[in-house]
Amino acid sequence: MEDKDLYTELSSIRNLMERSAKFISLSGLSGILAGIYALIGAWLGYIQVYGNRLTLSYRDNYISEEEIIVRLFIIALAVLVLSLGSGILLTLRKAARKKQNVWNPSSKKLLFSMSVPLLTGGCLLLILMFRGYYGIIAPASLIFYGLALVAASNYTFEDVKWLGIMEIILGLVAALFPGYGIVFWAIGFGLLHIIYGSIMHFKYDR
Amino acid sequence: MKSALEHFDKAFENRIRLQVMSILVANENYDFNSLKELLEVTDGNLASHLKALEKEEYINVYKSFLGRKPNTSYAASDKGRMAFMKHLEALENLIRQQKQ
Repeated sequence: MEDKDLYTELSSIRNLMERSAKFISLSGLSGILAGIYALIGAWLGYIQVYGNRLTLSYRDNYISEEEIIVRLFIIALAVLVLSLGSGILLTLRKAARKKQNVWNPSSKKLLFSMSVPLLTGGCLLLILMFRGYYGIIAPASLIFYGLALVAASNYTFEDVKWLGIMEIILGLVAALFPGYGIVFWAIGFGLLHIIYGSIMHFKYDR
Repeated sequence: MKSALEHFDKAFENRIRLQVMSILVANENYDFNSLKELLEVTDGNLASHLKALEKEEYINVYKSFLGRKPNTSYAASDKGRMAFMKHLEALENLIRQQKQ
């Protein structure tokens, strides 16, 4: 066996072990887009609650009106749907470009491990919302989203784990500062996504 | 040189068999169609190599049905895992020898 053969043999093994166990068609660009949607959503939400003025120092607004809550809910839902939509679309495109199948054992495992904490968190948030605990929504959504990312990271890029851990820490900090939910929400879903998406895009997409 | 080649596993002489084994070692189990897609080989080719690995008792075969479609998945056996590790070690040793 020649030197070159040996090396290609070993690298093909490594490549296959990696490729078979991990889903690597996740698009970085979709992370950036999700971040932008979230920032727009947070800004719209901010206007709903505080009106069109920028003040973080003195606040006498409380979210209590039914109408505002419904509007916030719709904004959050729109952000979620848009983010998921562009995420799926861009990932499909990236997979097609790399000639990879999107529906393979690793993507199935990825989706399953992600959906357990996400669905749990989603249900809990809905329950809390109906019971009127609005203050817990921002920290809890960040924490459950972070947990979902950490779980999913076993089946995709290692970087996803770090994004997840950051989201969890941010969620815990947000729990310490009630009333600033929208700010933490904007940082977690907006800023972090944009940073993470850019890193992924330049690291893997090109 | 001879001492390193001693540990080379005949079952892994074929590249596809070695590749199948590396996928099965990295994953709990893997089904036939996903293996085929990943390795970009034909049905018959893959099936014959899987048969050979099965004969060596390196892999376990699980047959089930997904709806009405038969679905066959494969998992590395303990024996297969050991053989794969030994083979990798042999490859590494060979590289080390050549460097000297």
